[in-house]
Amino acid sequence: MPEFKKTIGLTDAPMHYCPGCTHGIIHRLVAETLVELGVLGKAIGIVPVGCAVMAYDYFNCDCIQAPHGRAPAVATGVKRALPPESVVFTYQGDGDLAAIGTAETVHAAARGENITLIFINNAIYGMTGGQMAPTTLPNQITQTTPKGRDVSQAGFPIKMCEMIATLDGAAYIERVSTHTPKHVMAAKKAIKNAFKVQIEKKGFSMIEILSTCPTNWGMTPADSLDWVEENMVPFYPLGVFKDKSEEGVF
Amino acid sequence: MEHNIIIAGFGGQGILFLGKVIAGAALIQDKNVSWLPSYGPEMRGGTANCSVCISDQEIGDPLVTKPDILIVMNRPSFDKFIGSASKNSVVLVDSSLIDKKAERQDIQDFYVPASQLANENGLSKLGNIILLGTLAKATKMFEKEIFYEAIEQAVPSSRQQLVKTNKQAFEIGYDFIA
Amino acid sequence: MSKKFLMKGNEVIAEAAIRSGCTMFFGYPITPQTEVAAYMSKRLPEIGGVYLQAESEVSAINMVLGAASAGRRVMTSSSSPGISLKSEGISYIAASDLPCVIINVQRAGPGLGGIQPSQADYFQATKGLGHGDFHLMVFAPSSVQEIADLIKTAFDLSDKYRVPSLILADGIMGQMMEPVSFSEEESTDQPDKGWATSGHDNKRAPNIVNSLYLTPDELEKTVIERYQRYDVIAQNEVLFEKYLTEDADIIVVAYGASSRISKSVINTAREKGIKVGILRPITLWPFPTQAIKELCKTAKSFLCVEMSMGQMVEDVRLAVEGVRPVSFYGRTGGNTPRPEDILHKIEQLNEEEK
Repeated sequence: MPEFKKTIGLTDAPMHYCPGCTHGIIHRLVAETLVELGVLGKAIGIVPVGCAVMAYDYFNCDCIQAPHGRAPAVATGVKRALPPESVVFTYQGDGDLAAIGTAETVHAAARGENITLIFINNAIYGMTGGQMAPTTLPNQITQTTPKGRDVSQAGFPIKMCEMIATLDGAAYIERVSTHTPKHVMAAKKAIKNAFKVQIEKKGFSMIEILSTCPTNWGMTPADSLDWVEENMVPFYPLGVFKDKSEEGVF
Repeated sequence: MEHNIIIAGFGGQGILFLGKVIAGAALIQDKNVSWLPSYGPEMRGGTANCSVCISDQEIGDPLVTKPDILIVMNRPSFDKFIGSASKNSVVLVDSSLIDKKAERQDIQDFYVPASQLANENGLSKLGNIILLGTLAKATKMFEKEIFYEAIEQAVPSSRQQLVKTNKQAFEIGYDFIA
Repeated sequence: MSKKFLMKGNEVIAEAAIRSGCTMFFGYPITPQTEVAAYMSKRLPEIGGVYLQAESEVSAINMVLGAASAGRRVMTSSSSPGISLKSEGISYIAASDLPCVIINVQRAGPGLGGIQPSQADYFQATKGLGHGDFHLMVFAPSSVQEIADLIKTAFDLSDKYRVPSLILADGIMGQMMEPVSFSEEESTDQPDKGWATSGHDNKRAPNIVNSLYLTPDELEKTVIERYQRYDVIAQNEVLFEKYLTEDADIIVVAYGASSRISKSVINTAREKGIKVGILRPITLWPFPTQAIKELCKTAKSFLCVEMSMGQMVEDVRLAVEGVRPVSFYGRTGGNTPRPEDILHKIEQLNEEEK
């Protein structure tokens, strides 16, 4: 029986994430994938502003901490600066990728930029203490939507995978989740597919990962996992929204 | 030597190109030179002008406000700049497009139907270079050969067939005055 | 002497950058600097470099951040409103100790302002191009030839000190053509960038480019270390030009386009028997404070000439420390100071001193 060990894709630094948060699982999935594909030494991670800002201490590859929302632009600069064998990914939350950085996300995809975006969607702003995110569900209570998100006032959530999949430069777009072991395994496969698309120079890839925030949702970790199943998955359907991994985008 | 030149007309008349040829001739003669275009929202047919300064001394202000050489190729430019030309300045007017004469006795003005001459000689759009020929004769600022060299340098390498027609236009303007 | 070309300032910015080893450019069109991008889009692919038109100035400066992190010589260019958009990224670049060159071909502000030449971004360039304690090295060319020379200096010093460089030009400098010759010497060797995030290849510990320090003591330490580097820059890299200052009663202080207009007036004033000279800062940060202080020993008064409502004049007053009067003459909104008006101001000052 194989032994469960720490991946060399992560450093020994203790993570700062709250108990029950799925960031830790997703870090591990990304790190394992880089190791398994043999590209950890060629990888450059671009980390966001938000809860994952200190991911540069956790990923065992070169990392850049980007201004809020600008990770896809920073990734573009890095990718084009380095030999094409380099593997460049961003790791961004919903505020970073789908609010302040929407333009950077859309245009990196439109250019078919050969990078991979790992998009953590937990429907809330974690680091600033639980405010409305662009992906906060209708009627979801947050610190800044105390009576629940009223879409007639606060607008609708953005379904990024559906939107980005419409762009010609997008090669691989999939939404996955982390609320059960089965979903975690599927998420790993999706992440690997996305990095393969990049390594094979097929175009832009993005994996949206439904994630939990027990602290700011005000739930236990176990309840949070159920909440993903009951509330997020119905609104943010899982699946592959675009797959040009064979033919590529150009 | 010191010249402060304004060239003005419509966009598309080769106003800026004419300035570049004069500036290029000055460079060939190892003069200090500056060329400054008016710039603004891009519009075909809008007004265009440029300032060219030529000097043996270091050039300070590249924006010409009191030209000693003024070349105008449309009526709005004539109206705008004729009053600013300095005393004894050389003023060249495309008289096929400007139906007015300067009401000043203290300038040397030349009226050349440059655009019309260009069209009659199959040199459409080379009215600017016809005026350059007249300027060369009127001021003797540089030898004809220097201007020819400047034309060769200013015409893009991909369109060198234009060198010949530019020289024809220059000759027409040069011979227009005695 | 190498061959002279008649070139636009904006084109020289681009050509000089390429000759200085710049192989990457990210930008967004804005008048009056668009020729920089146009030239780069043509030339960079020819030398195997990268030109990319970004979706915004915000993205462009962050692409610069990425390329600089990877260790490449990289440049971006814009004009005033676009530079405001870049200020977030510039603060991060400075805080991450990344070298790069940023061009501001100034137009008139505030707001959308106008597109004619201006020097109203002096405060922004020298005091506050973004949040936090930091500086850029700021170079202000006053001729097309000087653009060519300063671009190389800007790249070399930026690499040397790991401090971003800003070329503060204006619409006149960008749009004007003058003769220019380029240095024949090969581009200097770029220093080893062992800190670059280019992939560790499993041979070293990860490199991290970062500007986040959550512990005040740690952040204070990094900022103080950076300010010690700024001190070295201020000691060694100040550039300025003096003209007829030795016996001058009146010292004109001006940079960029307004300095060349002023300089021509100096000669006219001298012919009228007025003892006037000019000090032209070439680096605006570090500012030639000491040179101005020295001139206080011989000069009776100072006159600052700018294309703004008076910005650099504050640095001149700080340098003079109240021991001499400092006057100001400026035009704004896209107008340039007229030589006759500067002369009139000098004549006035000369009368007052009698």
